[in-house]
Amino acid sequence: MSELLVSFLLILGAAFMVLASIGVLRLPDLPTRMHATTKAGALGAMLIMASAAFHFGDSTVAARAIAIVVFIFLTAPIAAHVIGRAGYFTGIELWEGTVKDELRERYDTHLHTLESGLENQDKPDGSSKESDRIDS
Amino acid sequence: MLSVSINVVYFMLSLALLFAFIRLTRGPSLPDRVVALELITSIVVGYVGVHAIETGVASLLDVAIVIALTAFLAAIGFARFVERGGVKDE
Repeated sequence: MSELLVSFLLILGAAFMVLASIGVLRLPDLPTRMHATTKAGALGAMLIMASAAFHFGDSTVAARAIAIVVFIFLTAPIAAHVIGRAGYFTGIELWEGTVKDELRERYDTHLHTLESGLENQDKPDGSSKESDRIDS
Repeated sequence: MLSVSINVVYFMLSLALLFAFIRLTRGPSLPDRVVALELITSIVVGYVGVHAIETGVASLLDVAIVIALTAFLAAIGFARFVERGGVKDE
């Protein structure tokens, strides 16, 4: 029973890792590739650590495996956020089928300020967005 | 039962490592390569876990902790390097 559970968790984790690597190989640009790796890759590592915890059946080993899982769970989103932010600001090119990039027209990448789009709303013309940008 | 599935898992992880390595060598910009490196270290953490199960040495899980920590620090360092304007790929 325990052996069956360990085998199931191992194969499930390895399948998620294969999915993540197929995604990072096949998808067209940086955000979609990160979409594949950060979730599926971290979940694969977590499932393999869970299978190790079930296989040893010892409380100290299980505590170590849970520590690895918690660590991956905390650090994988931070690393993905930091890399995605750096890649976006250095001007990676998005896939040509990208439908919407709202940050590109609202965000000043030199001043790191964000416009809400409501700055010119009470003006009669209200068309020019660059006329009175709020500088921080 | 368990040994067969461990061999299958080794094969699948090797396949995943091959795909991530292709992206690492071919990736057009530096952040793509950093993402591929992060996936590779995650796969190596999986390898260490499977090897700990196969050999029955529970101390190998400490190695997995250290590899995960190193991968996180490397990702942060690479991101700061890219954002401060290191290598201009464009």
